Amino acid sequence: MEWETVIGLEVHAQLATKSKIFSGAATAYGAEPNTQACAVDLGLPGVLPVLNEEAVRMAVIFGMAIEAHIAPHSVFARKNYFYPDLPKGYQISQMDHPIVGVGHLDIDVDGISKRIGVTRAHLEEDAGKSLHEDFHGLTGIDLNRAGTPLLEIVSEPDMRSAKEAVAYMRKLHELVRYLGICDGNMQEGSFRCDANVSVRPKGQAEFGTRAEIKNINSFKFVEKAINHEVERQIELIENGGRVVQETRLYDSVKDETRSMRSKEEANDYRYFPDPDLLPVIIDEAFKAQIKAALPELPQAKKQRFKTQYSLDEESVSILTTSRPLADYFESVHKKSGCEAKLCANWITGDLSAALNKAGLEITDSPVSDERLAGLLTRISDNTISGKIAKQVFEALWQSTSSADEIIAEKGLKQITDTGAIEAIIDKIIADNLGQVEQYRSGKDKVFAFFVGQVMKAMQGKANPAEVNKMLKEKLQG
Amino acid sequence: MHTKTLIELAQGLRSKEFSSVELTQTFLDRIQKHQHLNAYITVTEAVALHNAQAADTRLANGTAGLLTGIPIAQKDIFCTLDVKTTCGSKMLDNFSAPYNATVVEKFNQAGAVMLGKLNMDEFAMGSSNETSYYGAVKNPWNINSVPGGSSGGSAAAVAARLAVCATGTDTGGSIRQPAALCGITGLKPTYGRVSRYGMIAYASSLDQGGPMARSAEEAAIMLQTMAGFDEKDSTSVDLPVPDYCAGLNNSLAGLKIGLPKEFFGEGLNSDVAATLETAINEYRKLGAEIKEISMPNLKLAIPAYYVIAPAECSANLSRFDGVRYGYRCANPVDLADLYTRSRGEGFGKEVKRRILMGTYALSTGYYDAYYLKAQKIRRLISEDFKQALTEVDVIMGPVTPTTAFGIGEKMSNPIEMYLSDIYTIAINLAGVPALSIPAGFVAGMPVGLQIIGNYFAEDRLLNIAHQYQQVTDWHLHTPKGFE
Repeated sequence: MEWETVIGLEVHAQLATKSKIFSGAATAYGAEPNTQACAVDLGLPGVLPVLNEEAVRMAVIFGMAIEAHIAPHSVFARKNYFYPDLPKGYQISQMDHPIVGVGHLDIDVDGISKRIGVTRAHLEEDAGKSLHEDFHGLTGIDLNRAGTPLLEIVSEPDMRSAKEAVAYMRKLHELVRYLGICDGNMQEGSFRCDANVSVRPKGQAEFGTRAEIKNINSFKFVEKAINHEVERQIELIENGGRVVQETRLYDSVKDETRSMRSKEEANDYRYFPDPDLLPVIIDEAFKAQIKAALPELPQAKKQRFKTQYSLDEESVSILTTSRPLADYFESVHKKSGCEAKLCANWITGDLSAALNKAGLEITDSPVSDERLAGLLTRISDNTISGKIAKQVFEALWQSTSSADEIIAEKGLKQITDTGAIEAIIDKIIADNLGQVEQYRSGKDKVFAFFVGQVMKAMQGKANPAEVNKMLKEKLQG
Repeated sequence: MHTKTLIELAQGLRSKEFSSVELTQTFLDRIQKHQHLNAYITVTEAVALHNAQAADTRLANGTAGLLTGIPIAQKDIFCTLDVKTTCGSKMLDNFSAPYNATVVEKFNQAGAVMLGKLNMDEFAMGSSNETSYYGAVKNPWNINSVPGGSSGGSAAAVAARLAVCATGTDTGGSIRQPAALCGITGLKPTYGRVSRYGMIAYASSLDQGGPMARSAEEAAIMLQTMAGFDEKDSTSVDLPVPDYCAGLNNSLAGLKIGLPKEFFGEGLNSDVAATLETAINEYRKLGAEIKEISMPNLKLAIPAYYVIAPAECSANLSRFDGVRYGYRCANPVDLADLYTRSRGEGFGKEVKRRILMGTYALSTGYYDAYYLKAQKIRRLISEDFKQALTEVDVIMGPVTPTTAFGIGEKMSNPIEMYLSDIYTIAINLAGVPALSIPAGFVAGMPVGLQIIGNYFAEDRLLNIAHQYQQVTDWHLHTPKGFE
């Protein structure tokens, strides 16, 4: 039988606010355990949550970016369960009235575009961390993460393969980083997902019973976990078994999923509106203010880059992966006044390679947009050749000097003075009469020898076009 | 000294008739002498005397306010920095908060001298102060009777002059009912008027702190310090705080008083009813018009309350899990054992009963039938009050069906205990302010009159209560043995 896979993803994106969603404690990662947890985060008696407006703003930015309905009235609810790293015995989340309603995200798989529905996105607080190692039969609790703002983004069951799921997750990852609302650091858990997976015979309208795979924190694992789960379910059904609704855990070491708890064992979370928090009211003025400040979205930017700069597909998609990179490109283009293609080639080529090698982001680039523009200007106006430019770029990376300073200091200026070039050519011809004979008798290859000699004598600074032209004339006698 | 009113004491402090240290010592001695009332859980003698000294300095250098140097006490539900806060529970017997509740902070800044922390029903769940882990509080008017609850320690302490005045909290009547049963004045402000920060939550949408004192004037002075927006409490309301003393002497001529017929029917003790009638007559003499009104949904208040309050408390009390602070059972074998025994041993019976009721009401399959339905009733009750308060200025009625009942009398019958709050609970569901003032005695035990006003009309309520206290002296009576 032919099977069809149905996947929906729940992605948790940690919002990049400075302080927690309901307290003033810092959200920075990596502090000593329990040093970034205040009385509110610890759930001490009598303390009360106060909503961080920045988290609301970020949720609305996201909602607008996926063209979703922004709820004018959303409500925080308590999700009740006991766990040692959940200090209040309930998590403050949103249930019936999420802040972001139905929206969508377009993905591309194998050149085909597909629209994936987003059911909702809601705000909630993260729990702390339980540390089971190092405590000899005891559990350590670190509450630094407790109260960190999360945006849970729930998709429709619109994906039909692990590949589509990964494409969706990547697209979402790119978007939240682009919007500056999440650092996207998957190792630190800033961006993680749960996958709801089911299979059905191809052509069947109803969904099969789904299993939820929890807490997957890399693109690779999403693909592997889903593929594994799909195989498991198909095999189970084909052998006469039934898929049960349950929560499963992906073990990346063994590359398998295993059952965590069945539906029967699932908690009854007893959601109810949190009486400590007022409903969140979002009015038109607030939305207008955010809309005005909303950056150009990746899709629109891509389109604009293609038409405005006449760049090829690949360059555009690299340049628009992040807002800082796109801004860098546009700034270099504007400041240098060079052709867009030249700018794009340098940024996606030499600069990207150097950044990659050094493990740096564009925002930390040792070569600023201004200094790169200075270099490209000198390529454009023929002051230096492309080859010399690479040498100048290296110097730019190592120092704080401008391209012009480096060119002057190292005497790299291209020689276009025909008199100077002519003198050198005359000398080389005089010194290599044998090769001149060979060339004149039809050995064209010898031409490259003369070019090499001239460039060597002029330390690469001669204008190559000029050298070619003059050499040809002289050699032909 | 202890028989003087707050204003007289403030004057005495200014005229150097006595110092705050002397005044504080007098009250500390009285607390010691009348320990058998069990009004205090913690007495902070050393800190009190130290703060009294600081208050004397402020009095000397002219930076004192009305409350500077006045010995008061805090209900043990308000967190106090470095002083034990138990909430009347074994669960928090070892708990001391690293912060002050906003209310505590405000009194400290005003220079009031805290004598200690007052006994209360465990986690404010009770109407008799008998659910306290620290034992029942006795009513100063008859030590075999309850003082009411949950702010029973506060009411008993003020009535017995073991503090000039005290704070209380009111979720379903916990300020007004003990105030009535102990013959003092207690005000439950509008929900959101007083910050709940640092006040241990029982039912967050109903809880409200307020003043408990001998007179309306004293309550006004206290409320002046307690009220106001707090950025740490999202449910506190950002409205200006009026001068609560400014209008105390306004005339009551033309005041329209509504008497809901539902308040005066079956269940109300006839002697209490007669006492209230006399009190209402007094208002007639002061120029008020009396009108009978009807609030048909009042009868639904108790069932609605006993869904909403337990539902909220079932979540609010989840943090007491033995993991980070508070009671932890000995030698837990695993996590489930740690939870079940810490909570099983740390909470008393009534608290457990309410957590179970609330958990049930919020469970899948019951949520709509209980929680949502109770919320609908709550809206209907609010509408009743809003409607009634367009017809009349204030509503008056009983606070309790009877005077104080005997210790042990109702502990075995929770439903009967719940019914003792029948006249107070609807007010919390609506969120309007209400106060209880002493209105006479039945067989030597105090009777309270309840006055309910519109949202944020605390100034009007205090004015109406104060005018009554200008023509009566019920609020000045002192129980025998405490004069």
